[in-house]
Amino acid sequence: MTDASMQSPETGRHAASLTATDARTIKRAKAEKRFRTYGIVAIATGLFFLVVLFASILSQGIPAFQRTVVSVDFTLTEQQREEAESTLFKTKAYSDLFIAALNKELTERGVEVDFDDAAIERLLGKVGGTIRTFYAENPDQLGQPIEFDLAASSRVDGYFKGRVSRDTLQDSRFLQLSDLDLVDALKEAGIIKQGFNWPFITGADSGVDNPGGAGIGASVVGSFFMMMVVLVLSLPIGVAASIYLEEFAPQNKFTDLIEVNISNLAAVPSIVFGILGLAVFIQFMHLPQSAPLVGGLVLTLMTLPTIIISTRASLKAVPPSIRDAALGVGASKMQAVFHHVLPLAAPGILTGTIIGLAQALGETAPLLLIGMVGFVARGYPDGFLAGFTEPNSAMPAQIYTWAARADVGFYEKAWGGIIILLMFLLTMNIIAIILRRRFERRW
Amino acid sequence: MNDMTRVERAVDSQDIKINAKNVQVFYGETHAIKDVNVDIEDKTVTAFIGPSGCGKSTFLRCLNRMNDTIDICKVKGDILLDGEDIYDKRVDPVQLRAKVGMVFQKPNPFPKSIYDNVAYGPRIHGLAKNKAELDEIVEKSLRRGAIWDEVKDRLDAPGTGLSGGQQQRLCIARAVATEPEVLLMDEPCSALDPIATAQVEELIDELRARYSVVIVTHSMQQAARVSQKTAFFHLGNLVEFGETGQIFTNPEDPRTESYITGRIG
Repeated sequence: MTDASMQSPETGRHAASLTATDARTIKRAKAEKRFRTYGIVAIATGLFFLVVLFASILSQGIPAFQRTVVSVDFTLTEQQREEAESTLFKTKAYSDLFIAALNKELTERGVEVDFDDAAIERLLGKVGGTIRTFYAENPDQLGQPIEFDLAASSRVDGYFKGRVSRDTLQDSRFLQLSDLDLVDALKEAGIIKQGFNWPFITGADSGVDNPGGAGIGASVVGSFFMMMVVLVLSLPIGVAASIYLEEFAPQNKFTDLIEVNISNLAAVPSIVFGILGLAVFIQFMHLPQSAPLVGGLVLTLMTLPTIIISTRASLKAVPPSIRDAALGVGASKMQAVFHHVLPLAAPGILTGTIIGLAQALGETAPLLLIGMVGFVARGYPDGFLAGFTEPNSAMPAQIYTWAARADVGFYEKAWGGIIILLMFLLTMNIIAIILRRRFERRW
Repeated sequence: MNDMTRVERAVDSQDIKINAKNVQVFYGETHAIKDVNVDIEDKTVTAFIGPSGCGKSTFLRCLNRMNDTIDICKVKGDILLDGEDIYDKRVDPVQLRAKVGMVFQKPNPFPKSIYDNVAYGPRIHGLAKNKAELDEIVEKSLRRGAIWDEVKDRLDAPGTGLSGGQQQRLCIARAVATEPEVLLMDEPCSALDPIATAQVEELIDELRARYSVVIVTHSMQQAARVSQKTAFFHLGNLVEFGETGQIFTNPEDPRTESYITGRIG
């Protein structure tokens, strides 16, 4: 009341015309404008980095979806197979047979470039293993001509994708300048060609010297089984814990302590969970090493706080009047929660769960500690249950392993793997958004 | 508010439904209700009036133990429903609340269909053996809630899509669907416009024939219009309790007089 006298109209504080802006207003308008500029700059910076990130991922990763293959009809007789199987280096024997066949084919076609077996060997990736596996699985195909699409060597692949050029190539045991003439000639003849890299999507990891044969499929399966474990464990445990803490638990020092610790748990570095998993699940409980089951258990520990926090937030968001309404007609506490509160909180819980799963899907460090490293993913598990216990890797760990390998071919695979991982994450986030949109209720 | 109304408001029944003796309520350190003694009669509308924060809603929520949901709330004293102590250890609040229904300040229908809103109580209490019986209960309750004619063609529509007044009548229908003996109403008209308020008040007067109704209200006119008995609360004390006409025309306590003439509150 006292400032009423101080602000009487006669003092002239607001006396000036409305059309004339006073200094104070100008200053405020400027500050507002400045703040908006900061905001726009911040968003623009973020967008810029996002665009750079995506551009680099796409430009580096897309070549991984293309591969260079040597496509030749090849016949293996029963006798040749037996001989090859009796040697010490079996895949080498198969490889030599294939090289001989290719050599014969080239000579017959009259390719004008000079070549020998060694040159052909340099062009090919590790083909022996592929051929051997094929005949081991399809023994009835022996003696018949089969058209094999076998991966070319990493450097030949690089030559097609522009990674290797004639100017920069130095002769080595991997590739010589003269071999490129042969490559060009084979390309002309239609023997070397490029195609979509299905084996990259469906295949398993290969040896360090065979980037052409490496695929992410097996580790996608590993990730899938891990996510199953995470979902089956963390959703019920997380939701039950949240419902108890939010709706039933008394407010006291002990529950406060639990709450604080859940929040803290969400901030614990993932490597800590990894070493915990190694010590408890593998060394103490003797669960199988490198198994998606153990990976899933470790990631469950990491995902639980996320799910609990988001579930509690969505339970809190249900108006208390709904609980009152249910209690008012004589519902028990549990009926009120399960009939009314939980259905209303479900979209939030599901969104939180999917976000938690997406987080777990991209987690690498703890997996490395429990042995789910990339090179373990050498094949698909035999059957559904084996998927949980057989050694496997997961997508991010596979990507990490590839990125750490020497051959540039693997580097490309790492980027390609990131594209696939991002596609999975994007899908999960889209599902989260759709669920939230569909089940959201307004009152 | 003249003597005429007093005559009109002659109470039909003198049976005591709820008997509260020396009730004290504490919220942690705060002494919210101090030594309240009140007798609530059957088939009567009892109004609790008083300024904000005087404890009338708190006391109302003690009558069906809704305060149990608040950890720090402690109730002392005896509240007897038909002679039985509702705070006895053996009493399950769920059974109590089926007998003592409640309507809240803000209409709070479940985000479900109108039918499910009303059917929920009977369902969880097993009042209907089959669908036909349930349908009957729903129709009867909606009729008692004076909303049947407005919603009978759209029982599957969400209850939250109704207007505020309709929602509140739906909540009343939901409360009577469990066949309570006492109906507690916590400022049921504070979120409603005058027309909806009039409808709800009319409804309360009809409900009096079957239930004992306790209503908390901020509006003294409303208390005067709908109630036969009025209790005036001030700072956690029950200052005065008596016939509504008596309270509004000839209050005994100076605080009551100050409040109804608008000097405090």
